[in-house]
Amino acid sequence: MDEVLVEVKRLRKYYFLQRGLFSRRNAVVKAVDGVNLVIRKGETLGLVGESGCGKSTLGRLILRLEDPDEGEVRFEGRDILHLQAEEIRKLRRDIQIIFQDPYSSLNPRRRIDAIIGEPLVIHGVAKGRELEEKVIELMKVVGLRPEQRFLYPHQFSGGQRQRIGIARALALQPKLIIADEPVSSLDVSIQAQIVNLLLDLQSEYRLTYLFISHDLNLIEYVSDWVAVMYLGKIVEYAKQEVIYERPIHPYSEALFSATPSLDPLEKSRRILLEGDVPSPINPPSGCRFHTRCPLRIDLCEKEEPQLKERPNGSLVACHVR
Amino acid sequence: MKVSLLEIKNLKTYFFTRKGVVKAVDGVDLKIAEGETVGLVGESGCGKTVTALSIMRLIPEPMGRIVEGKILFNGIDLVRASEKEMQKIRGNRISMVFQEPMTSLNPVFKVGLQIAEAIELHQGVSAKEAWERAIEMLRMVGIPSPESRVNDYPHQMSGGMRQRVMIAMALSCHPRLMIADEPTTALDVTIQAQILDLIQRLKEQVRSSILLITHNLGVVAEVAQHVGVMYAGHIVEYGDVISLFRNPKHPYTLGLFQSIPQKRRTKKRDRLRVIPGTVPDLLGLPMGCKFQDRCSHAFKKCREESPQLIEIEHDHQVRCWLYG
Repeated sequence: MDEVLVEVKRLRKYYFLQRGLFSRRNAVVKAVDGVNLVIRKGETLGLVGESGCGKSTLGRLILRLEDPDEGEVRFEGRDILHLQAEEIRKLRRDIQIIFQDPYSSLNPRRRIDAIIGEPLVIHGVAKGRELEEKVIELMKVVGLRPEQRFLYPHQFSGGQRQRIGIARALALQPKLIIADEPVSSLDVSIQAQIVNLLLDLQSEYRLTYLFISHDLNLIEYVSDWVAVMYLGKIVEYAKQEVIYERPIHPYSEALFSATPSLDPLEKSRRILLEGDVPSPINPPSGCRFHTRCPLRIDLCEKEEPQLKERPNGSLVACHVR
Repeated sequence: MKVSLLEIKNLKTYFFTRKGVVKAVDGVDLKIAEGETVGLVGESGCGKTVTALSIMRLIPEPMGRIVEGKILFNGIDLVRASEKEMQKIRGNRISMVFQEPMTSLNPVFKVGLQIAEAIELHQGVSAKEAWERAIEMLRMVGIPSPESRVNDYPHQMSGGMRQRVMIAMALSCHPRLMIADEPTTALDVTIQAQILDLIQRLKEQVRSSILLITHNLGVVAEVAQHVGVMYAGHIVEYGDVISLFRNPKHPYTLGLFQSIPQKRRTKKRDRLRVIPGTVPDLLGLPMGCKFQDRCSHAFKKCREESPQLIEIEHDHQVRCWLYG
């Protein structure tokens, strides 16, 4: 099971903001800044972090919805950043995405059969009678009734819409699915239904997931590996059971402790961080977490820590621990 | 037994739409004691926000209307209070913090002015003094260098900061009751932890009661003493936080707890327990128990008669025929 599907090396993506018409000093958003990652076949990598940390951008870079400024993305060993147009088209069949918002990610003017069937049409996989059969089959797989294919998105609830998005992502039998906050806009009782569906599909089709979420309980439940991002960098990367047993990076530790427990008697051991998440525009020097870190030393401000392997096998970027 | 600050009795708030009558709140009973925090949980459309808006008398009329019930606040029935009386209560004795701090602050006024406005209006102090008090409030909610931040416009602040401003505004007149409607839902977890901690500390300081509305059970466990679980316009379970979280009784409450991932999967085949189906359409509610279609225990009586909220143990009530 240790076959590598995706390997990301030194990936970097900056966005340049123009500050004003005559301003020559442009601001730089360092959305993803030197990320290394490995996703293994058939496994789930959970990517956690707070808003603006670059986790969605990272997903989009792997999908090549955006082009990185630097670095490598290897998919099944092939460098996907230097492909011909035709090869990119083929690659798109292997990597699909499920978006957070099931309202804005479905075209309101198109019927469900057209939405689910669109990838099949674009890639010339099926047409006519065969296309219809494929759409019906996909709808059954995600738990929709075939006769619902003549309806439009507004006739469905949020959970059902997310099922439509999942059917569309599955249409081309991808190897990797990037699930970007796939349940965070749904009600709790519906979230569980969608999570179970994603797990069922994974074991049935041996899918690999990059599961992006800010919900740490959910990430613990679905992931084999977990990466914690902070302001464009991975600060900790470890097996799920290892990181949940004991997060090492002070940011991971604070993040995990901040998740409210369902037991009212459990003594709160919350570590309260000072201040807000700094802006990714011109982020702090050295270790980006040093402005909020309770353990900071002088070195943290000056030198950026690199990811280093620890005795328990996790990779952590921290000078102090 | 503490004295009730707020007592809601059989509250019914309906919306009269062209498609029919939406019974958003359909017979809610709730008590909030002096100085306590009550959590109201439930999924979207269950009526928790409409309950809060009914207390504030902010139901958009004439489409919506409180058709029945009493809301006793310090002995005054808010349902029958005149608009003039309500203006003295709203923002002063009872205040509200909304989910989205960006849309509930006015973007074209400085935050200091928005806080000072409430103080000036309700406390009858001079503009200058109100401004000073606004700075004091900002300091109290932990905004660094409040003397300069008081001149900020909302867009110059982060989401967490804006929510602190909302809380400063809500507490500026030392209300007896603060209603917080999903106050941390739009925030990141580390910021959520800060805001929850702040709300807890200030509650002690100002000695007000809190009605906390949220869909996040973890947040309730952390800060509330009592919890009401709402489903389709009813409170289906109510109790002190420990007995309700340790020993949930209503099949819906139980289902909610089970559908939240709480530990890692030990086997690849493990799945979450789910509540089948979706929240019912409030326009076409079934006879009897509103949860019957999604309940695995439903029997004949559930389809015929609506259960009442009954006490099953001290300080713990359930609306379900399984318990008689």
